[in-house]
Amino acid sequence: MKRTFSYLLLSFTALIFSASLISSCTDDPVPLPKGIISVKFDNVVGSKDLKFNSETYVNAAGEEFTVSALNYYISNIKFIAAGGNNYTVPQDSSYFLIREGNVDSQEITINNVPARNYTGIEFVIGIDSLRSVSDISKRKGILDKDSGPTNQEAMYWDWNPGYIFLKLEGSSDSATSSNSKFYYHIGGFGGLTTKTLNNIRVAKIDFGDQRAAVSENAAAQINLKADILKVFNGPTKVSIKENGSVMFIPFSKNIADNYATMFSLGQIINK
Amino acid sequence: MKKAVLLFGVLLLLFQGMISCDKASETPDPKPPVITDPPPTDPLPLEWKKPAYFPDPVYDLSKNPLTPEGVELGRFLFYDGILSRTDNIGCGTCHQQQAAFTHHGHDLSHGVDDLLGTRNSPSIQNMAFSPTFFWDGGVHDMDLVPPVPIQNKVEMGERVGNVIEKLRKTPVAGATKQVNYPKMFEAAFGTNEINADRMMKALSQFMMTLVSSTSRYDYFLQGDASALTPLEKQGMTLFKQNCASCHSSELFTDHSFRNNGLIPAKINDQGRYAITLNEADRLKFKVPSLRNVGLTAPYMHDGRFTTLEAVLDHYANDQSGSKDSIFVSPSLDPLLQVAGQKRGIKLSEMDKQAIIAFLKTLNDEQFINDKRFSDPGIGTSL
Repeated sequence: MKRTFSYLLLSFTALIFSASLISSCTDDPVPLPKGIISVKFDNVVGSKDLKFNSETYVNAAGEEFTVSALNYYISNIKFIAAGGNNYTVPQDSSYFLIREGNVDSQEITINNVPARNYTGIEFVIGIDSLRSVSDISKRKGILDKDSGPTNQEAMYWDWNPGYIFLKLEGSSDSATSSNSKFYYHIGGFGGLTTKTLNNIRVAKIDFGDQRAAVSENAAAQINLKADILKVFNGPTKVSIKENGSVMFIPFSKNIADNYATMFSLGQIINK
Repeated sequence: MKKAVLLFGVLLLLFQGMISCDKASETPDPKPPVITDPPPTDPLPLEWKKPAYFPDPVYDLSKNPLTPEGVELGRFLFYDGILSRTDNIGCGTCHQQQAAFTHHGHDLSHGVDDLLGTRNSPSIQNMAFSPTFFWDGGVHDMDLVPPVPIQNKVEMGERVGNVIEKLRKTPVAGATKQVNYPKMFEAAFGTNEINADRMMKALSQFMMTLVSSTSRYDYFLQGDASALTPLEKQGMTLFKQNCASCHSSELFTDHSFRNNGLIPAKINDQGRYAITLNEADRLKFKVPSLRNVGLTAPYMHDGRFTTLEAVLDHYANDQSGSKDSIFVSPSLDPLLQVAGQKRGIKLSEMDKQAIIAFLKTLNDEQFINDKRFSDPGIGTSL
């Protein structure tokens, strides 16, 4: 009986499968209620737009600085909707490297988002631990540590394998380095065999009164602001003079806590 | 039975359904294609065997089965300066065969533009059995080892992405030795595509073959009692009593990280701590294998000791001219501070000489002369 059942089940599955194949042969697939959300990241410094090398900004410690590099990873995106109707973007399509030096990288597009009115967004700033240790064949595109953008932008540590989540570099008279530069390279996914620094942070932004309205005919564009000043002026006041070079050291967690607060909503454009 | 037939029918239908989707195949092929070339065959596997008394390898061979073509490609890559920014520093520059794949005569690693590193270049041997790599054990997978020196600014100073681009453009006109990497990748992996995964896997294949197990000590282990002299046998006994708690197993390492009491040098290298940020790991470095130790001078993570005598003087805490050569810090290995006695390992001058005599029986002449491991003529040596 059990055997018969499994045969039936198998045949049935095959029938369903062939039916789906036949439908895929037709030119007009059955439309599904799905739409598009694009998220635009606007990198700012307080009330000013971020401009490399030219504009001078001041942090809470009263130190003047300019910025020459800003890259950060955004991953594991989730759109929040009322009643727990959240939509988590499929893992493989949920890794982005936002670069101030690359305009195209600052707008990301998520297709196949279920039609709904979304009230918030959540994402990881950095790369989750699972992907950080996965086989390199699963780490292509912006995760390609050898010949992709990660390698070009030096967003990977190979001496202690793992991604750099956020990289901020610039110059300041307060910096004590010989070239007056400061370097913040923040990463650390928690370790493979022993527990180590975990600087994975989640940003959660509530849309307040605004809604990202997704339907099959309308796309929503969410404009987010990323305020670099928060890297210095967060729960911990970071002084360039005292912390001119922060990479894989315990202090980096303070910077991660700071930048976890740097994202805020600009406006949502429903098209 | 009937149901199996039914199922077959359904599957057949399904198959036809798939074909009907493919517009190109609507016109039936009039005659079978004529095969002119024999179909490409996968490279034949290369058998890899571990010495019976070695532990099992750590590297997962099922993900990267060895082939003669893959190993040969790895050997060429290992010695080729094209891996560096200046095209003249290969892996073989700092890992020279005659010094058991270390950089003979160099205490600190150095690479492009004569830039100097901070640590002594470790031996490349028996890598298949190692769970971690480098002095601080930051890397856990042999496939992830090559990018570290390639991308280190003071070693090869190059980006892996650039190396791939350069390899794709070979053979290079005017090069002293013409190497056609697309052809070699095709032989090793079936197509001429060159990418980082394949490059690292080929290097791993070559490094897998670098097994040292033909020293006089190995002949002794295999039953030839005359392979060691009485002094060497005495040294072996002393070694087992005094050194084998860290330099254990037939690989002569327990793969742990330990603080062996070296006084930190000016740069204050914190070793394993840089990887784990765990206070207990400060000043700890990997316990190296002692195989071929007689060939791999200078010693320690920063190459501070040039002779085995100096190394044993350190452990015995009686270096000439210094009061206490064992630097005391919270992470100092407990084996070097036994309560009620002078810090260090108690060894007489005779003991030291016997231990050194034994250690030299780990020199593997066959390993350092094996043509299969040698530079195919594309390397550079500095």
